[in-house]
Amino acid sequence: MAPYASDDSTTGGEADERRSGRRKAARYVVPVTVMGVAAATIGLVPALADSGDPDLPKITAQQLIEKIATSDVQQLSGTVKISTDLGLPDLGGLESSLMSGAAGQGEGGSSADPTAKLTELASGTHTLRVAADGPDKQKLSLLENAAEYSLVHNGKDVWGYDSKSNEVYHGTASESPQHEKEQPPATPKDFAEEALKAVDDTTSVTVDGTAQVAGRDAYKLLIEPKQSGSTVGAVSVAVDAETGMPLKFTLTPASGGAAVVDAGFTQVSFAKPAASTFDFTPPKGAKVTEEKDAGKGSDKDFGKGFEKGGPREHAPKSGDDLGKRLDGMKTIGEGWNSIATFDTGGEGMPSGEAGGDLGGFVDSLGDKVTGKFGSGTVFSTRLVNALITDDGKVYVGLVTKDALVKAADAGK
Amino acid sequence: MSRAEVVESVRPVSPLWTFGLLRSELTTTFRRWRTLALLAVLAAVPVLVGIAVKMETSDGSSPGGGGPAFISQITNNGLFLVFTALAATLPFFLPMAIGVVAGDAIAGEANAGTLRYLLVAPAGRSRLLLTKYATVVIFCLAATLVVAVSALTVGALLFPLGDLTTISGTQISFAEGLGRALLIALAVAASLIGVAALGLFVSTLTGSGIAAMATTVGLLITVQILDQIPQLHALQPYFFSHYWLSFADLMREPVYWDDLTKNLGLQALYAVVFGSAAWARFTTKDITA
Repeated sequence: MAPYASDDSTTGGEADERRSGRRKAARYVVPVTVMGVAAATIGLVPALADSGDPDLPKITAQQLIEKIATSDVQQLSGTVKISTDLGLPDLGGLESSLMSGAAGQGEGGSSADPTAKLTELASGTHTLRVAADGPDKQKLSLLENAAEYSLVHNGKDVWGYDSKSNEVYHGTASESPQHEKEQPPATPKDFAEEALKAVDDTTSVTVDGTAQVAGRDAYKLLIEPKQSGSTVGAVSVAVDAETGMPLKFTLTPASGGAAVVDAGFTQVSFAKPAASTFDFTPPKGAKVTEEKDAGKGSDKDFGKGFEKGGPREHAPKSGDDLGKRLDGMKTIGEGWNSIATFDTGGEGMPSGEAGGDLGGFVDSLGDKVTGKFGSGTVFSTRLVNALITDDGKVYVGLVTKDALVKAADAGK
Repeated sequence: MSRAEVVESVRPVSPLWTFGLLRSELTTTFRRWRTLALLAVLAAVPVLVGIAVKMETSDGSSPGGGGPAFISQITNNGLFLVFTALAATLPFFLPMAIGVVAGDAIAGEANAGTLRYLLVAPAGRSRLLLTKYATVVIFCLAATLVVAVSALTVGALLFPLGDLTTISGTQISFAEGLGRALLIALAVAASLIGVAALGLFVSTLTGSGIAAMATTVGLLITVQILDQIPQLHALQPYFFSHYWLSFADLMREPVYWDDLTKNLGLQALYAVVFGSAAWARFTTKDITA
C-alpha cells in the first residue's frame, strides 16, 4: 500500500516529495523481509535437517533382519506419528462403527474400550505416545484434540481411560507369555514384524541406505514383492543402528501416491520412563466399565485387543495369517499374491447384518465386474481388494482387481 | 490526567518516560466503559457454564462427552471449569475483545481527534505504536486472567476441589493443578498476541475506530471458518487460530510441547510481520486528525 505523500504540505518541492515517498515505501520492506525470511526458514530448515544421511558401516539385509530379531529393547518412551490412508470412502462415524463390528466386537458400551477406540487409528493421522518398562509395564496414549485416550498395562491390570467422556475401562492381563512379551503395539516395530513374516522367496529384501529417524541413525530395509499383481509397492523399515529397533515403517502402494501406512517415531528415548507413568487410579466420578461387564469380553486380553482393533490389521500378512482368522477359508497363490477365498453360502451380497437396507448402499460402493466365473462386485481400497461373486464366493487379497478376477476364473 | 504529565516531561529520551506513556495508555484503556463491559462479558461466561453444568448434573447424571473440552470433568473438580471456560472463550469471546481494543488503539484516537495531540509529545511515532501494542498485549493477559479467576471462583463455589487427573490419566496435586492452570492462562494470553498485532495494523489503516474493530473481528471469523475447510489443510498451519487449542496439551503428562511451541512461534511471527507493517504504515502516515 502506497503511503500518501501528496498531502504533506510542509515538504516543499517535487523532488523532495518523491524522495520522501521512496523512503516511506522503503519501510514496508521490513514486514516483507520478515515474511520472506520466515517462509525461507520454514522451507529450508527441514531440507537442511534431512540432507545428512548418517554414515554407517555396511550391513547385509540378512544381518539387518537378524538385528531386528535379536533386538531386545525393554525400556523406551517416545512419540509416534501414524498416518493411514487406505482409500476407504469417508464415512465418518459409520466407518468406525462398521470396523469395530468387523473386528468381532460385542456391544461394549464404553467409549474407553480399547478395541473400539484403537480402530480409530485405521484412518487419518494420529499422534501416539508410547512408553514401556519391561514386559509388565506399558502405556499407549492416543493424543486427541484437547483430550487423550490412554491404555495402561501395569502388572495384572489393564486400564483404558478416555478423558473426553471421563470413562474408564478395566481389564486384567492374561498370563500368556507370548502376548506379554510384546513391545508397545502400534509402533513401527509391530508393523515391521508383520512385514518380515511375509518375507519368503517371492520377496526381495535389500538394504536401502541410511536415514535419520527421530534424531537417531538408522538403516533402511526395503521389502518389495517380486511378482506383479500385488497392490503392495514396497515396504520400507528404518532400523535403529544401535538397538535394532524399527523406528519407521512405510508401506507404499503399487499404484503410487501417498503411503498407505506411515508410522514412525518423531521422538524416542531408550531411558527408563518414570514409574509414575504407569500408575493409574480411576479419577473421581469416572464411569468404570469392568471387562467382564463389557459383553463377551473373556477372550479380550491386552495383546488380542490390539491385534483385533489395532492398525496391524492393515499390515501386510501372509495368507496363512488370514487363514487362521476365518474358518473355512482357502488360500490361492503364494507370497504377496495370495488370495483368500471362502464361500458365504449366501446369495450374492454380504450376508447377515450387512444385508437388508445396507445392501443397496454397500452395492453402490463397489464396481460390477464380469468374467468367466459369472459376475460379481469388486470392493477396492488402495491396499486390499475384495471380489464378491453373485453366487456368494468371496476373494480377498492384497492384489489388483485383475488378479482377483483371474483367481475367480481359475476357481470356476 | 496523566497525559498532562507526559507533555510536561522535557527530557527527550528516558526509559522511565516510556513507562509513563504506557501507564497513561493503560489507565485510559482500562477506564473506558467499553473495556469494562468487555471484561464483564468475559467474566460472565464461566458463571454461565458453571451454573449450566451444575443444573444439568444436579440429579447426579454426568454431563456427557459433548460441549467444550474438559466439560465432563467439571463436576468432579472445579478447577476444570478454568480449562473449560478458556476453551469456550478462546475461539470467539477473547479474540473479539482483543480485536475491539486493538482496532480502537490508533483508529479510535484518530476518530476522536486526539491522535495529533498524542504526537505533539516528543515520544515519536514508533514509541507511541510500541506503547499501544504493549497496552493491547497487557489487555490480552488481563482478559484471560479475568476469565480464569472468574472460572476458578465459580468452580470453587459450585464444585469440589482437590487432586486432579490429567488427561493422560495420571494424578497431580491441587497445587500443581493450579500451577498448570496459570500456565494455561499464559498460553491462552500468548495465543492472542497475533490477533493483537493484526488488529493494530488494521487500526493504522483507517481513521475510523468502528471500521478497524469490524475489520479485525471479521478477519477473525473468516480465518476460523477457513480453518474448518478440509481442502485448505495445506494453508491451515499458518492461520493464527490453528494451534489455539494446543493449550490443552499442558494438561497431558508429560506435557506435549510440539503444538505449543508451534503456536508460540506462529504468534511471534504474526506479531513481527503485522507489527512491522503497522510501524511502516503509522510512521509514514499523514496524521490529519
